[in-house]
Amino acid sequence: MLSACFLQAAETRFSLNPVDLIIIILYFVLVLGLGVYLRRFTKTAEEFFMAGREMTMWVAGLSFISANLGSLEMMGYAAATYQYGILVAHAYWIGAIPAILFLALVMLPFYYICKTHSVPGYLKLRFGEGARSLSALSFAVMTILMSGINMYSMAIIMKVILGWNIHFSIWVSSLTVAIYVATGGLLSAIFNEVLQFFLIWIGCLVIPVVGLIETHGWAGMVHRIQANFPGQDFMHMWSTTGTFSNNPMGAHWTGIVFGWGLAISFGYWTTDFLVVQRVMAAKDLRSAQLGTIIGGFFKMTVPLIVILPGLLALAVLPYHLVPESQGGLPNVHTYNEALPLMLARYCGPGLLGLGVTALVAGFMSGMAGNVTAFTTVWTYDIYKPLIRKDASESHCVSMGRWCSLLGVFVSIGTAYLVMNFSSIIVYAQVIFVFFIVPMFGTVILGMLWKRTTPAAGFWGLLAGILTSFALWLWVKVDPGALNFVAFSGYAKDMSENMYRAMWSLIANVLVTVVVSLVTKPKPDHELRGLVYGMTDLPSEHAFPIFQRPITWAAAVGVGFIALNIFFW
Amino acid sequence: MEKQSISVWFFIGALLAIYGVLILGSGIYGLFVPPNHAVAMSHLHIGIWWGSGMVLFGTGYIVRFRPR
Repeated sequence: MLSACFLQAAETRFSLNPVDLIIIILYFVLVLGLGVYLRRFTKTAEEFFMAGREMTMWVAGLSFISANLGSLEMMGYAAATYQYGILVAHAYWIGAIPAILFLALVMLPFYYICKTHSVPGYLKLRFGEGARSLSALSFAVMTILMSGINMYSMAIIMKVILGWNIHFSIWVSSLTVAIYVATGGLLSAIFNEVLQFFLIWIGCLVIPVVGLIETHGWAGMVHRIQANFPGQDFMHMWSTTGTFSNNPMGAHWTGIVFGWGLAISFGYWTTDFLVVQRVMAAKDLRSAQLGTIIGGFFKMTVPLIVILPGLLALAVLPYHLVPESQGGLPNVHTYNEALPLMLARYCGPGLLGLGVTALVAGFMSGMAGNVTAFTTVWTYDIYKPLIRKDASESHCVSMGRWCSLLGVFVSIGTAYLVMNFSSIIVYAQVIFVFFIVPMFGTVILGMLWKRTTPAAGFWGLLAGILTSFALWLWVKVDPGALNFVAFSGYAKDMSENMYRAMWSLIANVLVTVVVSLVTKPKPDHELRGLVYGMTDLPSEHAFPIFQRPITWAAAVGVGFIALNIFFW
Repeated sequence: MEKQSISVWFFIGALLAIYGVLILGSGIYGLFVPPNHAVAMSHLHIGIWWGSGMVLFGTGYIVRFRPR
């Protein structure tokens, strides 16, 4: 059965050799073995849900970035690069680095000092049960939905590229994640994510290395792209964003800076518990901060294995890829196949197995991130406060283990749901992106402005969520609304998302401020450890300058500015 | 972290070294028996270089982080 499912690949675009199969199977065996091995170290709730808060900065940092490096993201952004060019690298630079550094230097101390188990847990301490329940329930639903969508996307790719049976792909990959997360909890997820980080990099780095040799360097690649797509500018990040119609994305710099760089990026990187949980598991605050900065550095370099393959596809593929809606015909390849096609182009026996393992590892790290975040939020922010208030620690651990399995099964159900309604993929991404944006407004106002009241926390969050849904619906019902929502009818999906995020954040902040001004704030003594000015933040001065987070954050910041200038 | 007897870095080193041996071996085999469908830039024999690098990297990690 196993070999039959794998060997169907021989009839599809990739031809897997026995050595490729050994590499893939060996990977599954190792991740399962790691989960079983680590079970003995996850007896208490703190160990299961927070990995004992004993991670070193390197482990926390690599896990932080690996949880974000899912297969959907890798293949999706490579596809988007083929479509929009290097503009997509904004997702890795302005769409990530400022927010990651802000998390490390400003927000992490509050998360860490108040010893909360989750971001909704912080909202409980700061604003009370209303804001916590709203954020926890939304987050749980979105996490499971995203997990299922990731799973379905992975299975589709395995079917299209390798010819694997779609049900086989879903069940084998998902059950592997379920077993290692349920046995080893966050510790197992983090260890596997570090392993997956190496596999993703080593597996995907083949493409840019060999690709740049084939094109005779960067200049040769640019020349080939210009020859293949005359009149289109795929190679500038800022200089073409002065008008909406001057770049393939239909983007304007205001949307990139305020929508992507501020609203979406800060929402995702500072309040999405999926990534924040990884660095909250660090052994101390300084390790958490430095781990986040290490993650930021590697995030800045991810375009090497995601954006560059997309650009190389523009340069070297002898045919043009088409949108998904035009796919399905013989010898017609879609944007989403850009990364796998480049793997197939350069990777012979052995390396192909490694590349496929990298994609599977990406899927697993993304899914394990969703499942562990869901498990913690469900147990600590929904089950214990709302369903069983007297739950003991051992009961919580048991709930966590079962919840991991349940989360995976519900995700599988979601994947099958998505299979029947494929447009849900698009909708769910929109819903997911816009749920976390208002969360950022609520959390940051709560952290930095002590006047923010519990009622404002709840109503501001609700207003942000409703605004994002309302704007999305408006454009769906009346496409002409794009001229108001995104300021231009030229705006494509990604550009539209940026502006919707900006409006959502503005609505959240406005409602939070207005409600705060007319309702009663919490007394000062209840805000200690939660709000800037009311919290004793540890000083860095005891450490040499090269061991201080601010030093390394500055170094990453300089690299970020240099990259933007270089690719201006 | 400290209470784990085997470091995560050791696992990583072991896996990369094993993968490196497989990819290197496959690359050397390809030198003598070329595959039916050659990939682009196959004259670089990238598998040999990549596999060798992985073996070195993985072995380094195994030695550095071996259980004591």
